[in-house]
Amino acid sequence: MRKGLVFGLAALAAIASPPAADRAAAAEGGPPLPQLEWTFDGPFGTYDRHSLQRGLQVYREVCSVCHGLKYIAFRNLADLGYNEDEIEAIAAEYIVTDGPNDEGDMFERPGLPSDYFPSPFPNEKAAAAANGGAAPPDLSLMAKARPDGANYVHAILTGYEGLVPDAVLQWIFEHETQKRIDAYELAHDEYLEKLDAYNEKVKSDPSARKPVEPARPEPVESVEDLGLAETSNFNAYFPGYGIAMAQPLYEDSVAYADGTPATVDQMAQDVSHFLMWAAEPKLEDRKHTGIKVLIFLVVFTGVLYAAKRKVWKDVH
Amino acid sequence: MSGFQTNSRVIKWIEHRMPVFSFLDHAVGSGYPAPKNLSYMWNFGSLAGMTLVIMIVTGILLAMQYTAHVDYAFDSVERIMRDVNFGWLLRYIHMNGASFFFIVVYIHIFRGLYYGSYKAPRELLWMLGVVILILMMATAFMGYVLPWGQMSFWGAKVITNLFSAVPIFGEGIVTWLWGGFTVDNPTLNRFYALHYLLPFIIVAVVVLHIWALHQFGSNNPLGIDPNGPQDKIPFHPYYTAKDAFGLGVFLILFAAVVFFLPNYMGHPDNYIPADPLATPAHIVPEWYFLPFYAILRSIPDKLLGVVAMFGSIIVLFILPWLDSSPVKSGKFRPIFRIFFVLLIIDVVALGFVGANPPEGAWLVVGRIATAWYFLHFLVILPLLGVFERPKPLPTSISEPVLKGGGSPMGSGAPAKPMEKA
Repeated sequence: MRKGLVFGLAALAAIASPPAADRAAAAEGGPPLPQLEWTFDGPFGTYDRHSLQRGLQVYREVCSVCHGLKYIAFRNLADLGYNEDEIEAIAAEYIVTDGPNDEGDMFERPGLPSDYFPSPFPNEKAAAAANGGAAPPDLSLMAKARPDGANYVHAILTGYEGLVPDAVLQWIFEHETQKRIDAYELAHDEYLEKLDAYNEKVKSDPSARKPVEPARPEPVESVEDLGLAETSNFNAYFPGYGIAMAQPLYEDSVAYADGTPATVDQMAQDVSHFLMWAAEPKLEDRKHTGIKVLIFLVVFTGVLYAAKRKVWKDVH
Repeated sequence: MSGFQTNSRVIKWIEHRMPVFSFLDHAVGSGYPAPKNLSYMWNFGSLAGMTLVIMIVTGILLAMQYTAHVDYAFDSVERIMRDVNFGWLLRYIHMNGASFFFIVVYIHIFRGLYYGSYKAPRELLWMLGVVILILMMATAFMGYVLPWGQMSFWGAKVITNLFSAVPIFGEGIVTWLWGGFTVDNPTLNRFYALHYLLPFIIVAVVVLHIWALHQFGSNNPLGIDPNGPQDKIPFHPYYTAKDAFGLGVFLILFAAVVFFLPNYMGHPDNYIPADPLATPAHIVPEWYFLPFYAILRSIPDKLLGVVAMFGSIIVLFILPWLDSSPVKSGKFRPIFRIFFVLLIIDVVALGFVGANPPEGAWLVVGRIATAWYFLHFLVILPLLGVFERPKPLPTSISEPVLKGGGSPMGSGAPAKPMEKA
């Protein structure tokens, strides 16, 4: 029993600590991300081909103006359910720089399935210069490079003023107001200490400077009260609430080939789904293999347990 | 070694020229007697060995695809994930294997702490184990740098910078470690070279560890020596069967994480390529370093913090001489048992402190937990041996409990001669 306890505690030490992802999210202090149901969640999860294709459309028509997707080659689009002809057609819509040729010159040609999605800017400096100093990040790994990635991407795309529900705005205002009050109270305590020191000191040194009383904070009641930088846009889910990217998706930003109504939320879901695939293209392979591996291991471990019992029958 | 028997002519032929079979039989076969009462807590040594093999095999395969250059490292890892056949599997096994290696080894260490496996005559065995732990930590740290993500880079920067705390030579040492004036390509290259080398040094120390183990054999849950053959069973088939079953259970848990939660123990920032100009909001090491990271940050002075962090491992080297109690197993040490549970809580608390920014309540908890850690080893263990009255020890492994509830000998007196502490 005691060793059970020992083992339990040791195992607890190993698994009880929340994943680094959650820790980071909690530390940012923003409102909780809306938790969507994704078809790729869970041990049997798979990608939804229709959603992936719509997401690709959103990426190509909206995101790709500023964001690269450098780890995805056109040939990878076979995962989305496209056949070879369709992939060749998509690739051919892009112009890629190749070379040098036999004359030593770089030249341009239509894309091939083996080409990768071309970046919208020639280099990072150009990307930064065209976007107010901050280069738009490549999206290939975005869904894994942020805590709770798919939900995060969806939340950012739907987190702009006018899109986000009032309840979330209220949450932010209340928390920001509380933060300011906390900061004020801290500053006020410091002020009182300094005031005492000043009152003591001024008796002998009339030139001592009186400390300045900190101003009571105004409550945060609107997005304007947050005091974001002029170049940034309010986003409920971006750390600090100010994001350089202007709202990218509006109702009917794209006309879906399959006739799905292109609401902002639909497009955000589709492109998040697509980016999850871009970040983890082997997810389906992984989960399918995992089920088989686990079934084998459970059966085999059962056999090993039976063998152990048989071997140990005469001991004790 | 003379006990080895076979009917196979081929084996006899080889055995006559090179007694490899009797050697193996003596090492992990029927020729190696082990106490018959080993619990499942004794599975973790062989599990650690298996994990080491898994890490080396997947590591060598990954090395065939990896490029150790600041411009290509991140891309080459993504290539492994996307284009190399089963590359995603190799990488996820290797990446999570590191975590599982530490889980197994930490349980192995705490088992040793509870059952007094470090006590005479097994001090060298224990110390070699601590050497393995240190080598593992160095290997894991350098391995984490190789994908060249944000946490790789900044983790490397923070940890190597610790050496700047060394008086006078600090800055020079750091420049020497980096091979330049910041963490850059030479740093990545040497970390790769060492990350490939150290596992084989670990294998060598594991051989020494097992060599030392075989001198006196395994400790056991009762902590008393086997009286004779009736207390022992051959390692094979008994413990090979038991270890195989344990390995199966371990692989189920390991596979569940590799296939269904492969990034659970990682940090999302490491999927962002290293950027020397953008510091992440929170630089956190991998979970298995968090308690040590907490000790480092609990002490306001940089040099003392570094000394305390390394000291928290170094103290394990002298543990056999700090614990003055002649009784090995925690089973018979009622007060030690309480402090042992407190130590586990303490280390877990340090882990949580390490994961959070060092401010407010976390800083206070971190300082108390750090003080308690050293207090446990440097003060409590030496005093316990003097003041604690251990329960009576059983006379033999085969007859662990005497009928009638008490030992005929005075309480606290060992039931059989013990080694001098």
